[in-house]
Amino acid sequence: MNAFEPNKKQGAHAHGLLTVYDAVLGSRLFLGTAQYPSPDVMAQAARAAGAAALTVSLRRETARGQSAERFSELIRGVGVRVLPNTAGCRTAREAITTAQMARELFETDWIKLEVIANDDTLQPDVFGLVEAATTLAREGFKVFPYTTEDLGVAERLLAAGCEVLMPWGAPIGTGRGLNNVYALKTMRNYFPGVPLIIDAGIGAPSHAAHAMELGYDAVLLNTAVAKAGDPVRMATAFANAIRAGRVAWEAVLMEPRDMATPSTPVAGTPFFDLRPR
Amino acid sequence: MTVEVASDIVGARISVNGQGVATGATNLAELLSELGYAGRRVATAVNGCFVAEANRTSTCISPGDKIEILAPRQGG
Repeated sequence: MNAFEPNKKQGAHAHGLLTVYDAVLGSRLFLGTAQYPSPDVMAQAARAAGAAALTVSLRRETARGQSAERFSELIRGVGVRVLPNTAGCRTAREAITTAQMARELFETDWIKLEVIANDDTLQPDVFGLVEAATTLAREGFKVFPYTTEDLGVAERLLAAGCEVLMPWGAPIGTGRGLNNVYALKTMRNYFPGVPLIIDAGIGAPSHAAHAMELGYDAVLLNTAVAKAGDPVRMATAFANAIRAGRVAWEAVLMEPRDMATPSTPVAGTPFFDLRPR
Repeated sequence: MTVEVASDIVGARISVNGQGVATGATNLAELLSELGYAGRRVATAVNGCFVAEANRTSTCISPGDKIEILAPRQGG
């Protein structure tokens, strides 16, 4: 590619809008709905973020519980597409059943597929992930797999029928940003036509902007907004950072240099000839 | 913990969302109604397998069954 030519990738994540599966999305921010100080703040943050989709989950409900009804009403009010998750699932079978339940409950075939391997890191169980993705894709689900930067796993997920990949930036909820930039760059370069969404570990708008500057197509985050001092303003900050990062990627960043180079023209520098030699 | 749904019911002892329940219901639709979920938007699974709403009436309840009743919740 000519370094002076703007980045205009072909196919799924062409210049401008992001297309994932059959959906053309007006935003590159996927936002979680958990851990906000109140339902109202969550709804305000979702609107401020201009989110492409809101992630939701399923949990046990008592017959007298009203929280599910209230939450559903709130989400409907925001008017954004939902992306149900299989959070907490430890096996492919648990994740498959949860996805099937989510499809009926939320009336969408989108599923954020999580199969968790480890309590401390919440690292994906990539074996269970591939197994569940294979079954779910066969059943018509549009699978958004929460995965690592491992290219071998990624290839298996694509072969299973996934049309998008969601590698982690850092472990869920840590806010540490992009832990393995080298591997994420490799992944981006290896799959130029596949929509790639950084999912998890984002703590600051600068992390999200960095992901977008690397050419990632979108960012999915929750805690960084929900646990901010002012979640609504932070949602705005993330929306701006993601837009800035995307435009920066399209505009092509300069190559870093090892040595300083003056920005101001050297020709015509005053007193140049008076300096001792 | 075991929840007695109705004192005159002598039926199957099952688990609903991890809690022991004695029920006279013979199928999943009856169980949901008996437990007060009628009209509620929930998704169900029996022994780890999804049961679609349309199949609840034809899904029999047997002693020892493990029922999951899930509803929408916040998620990341």
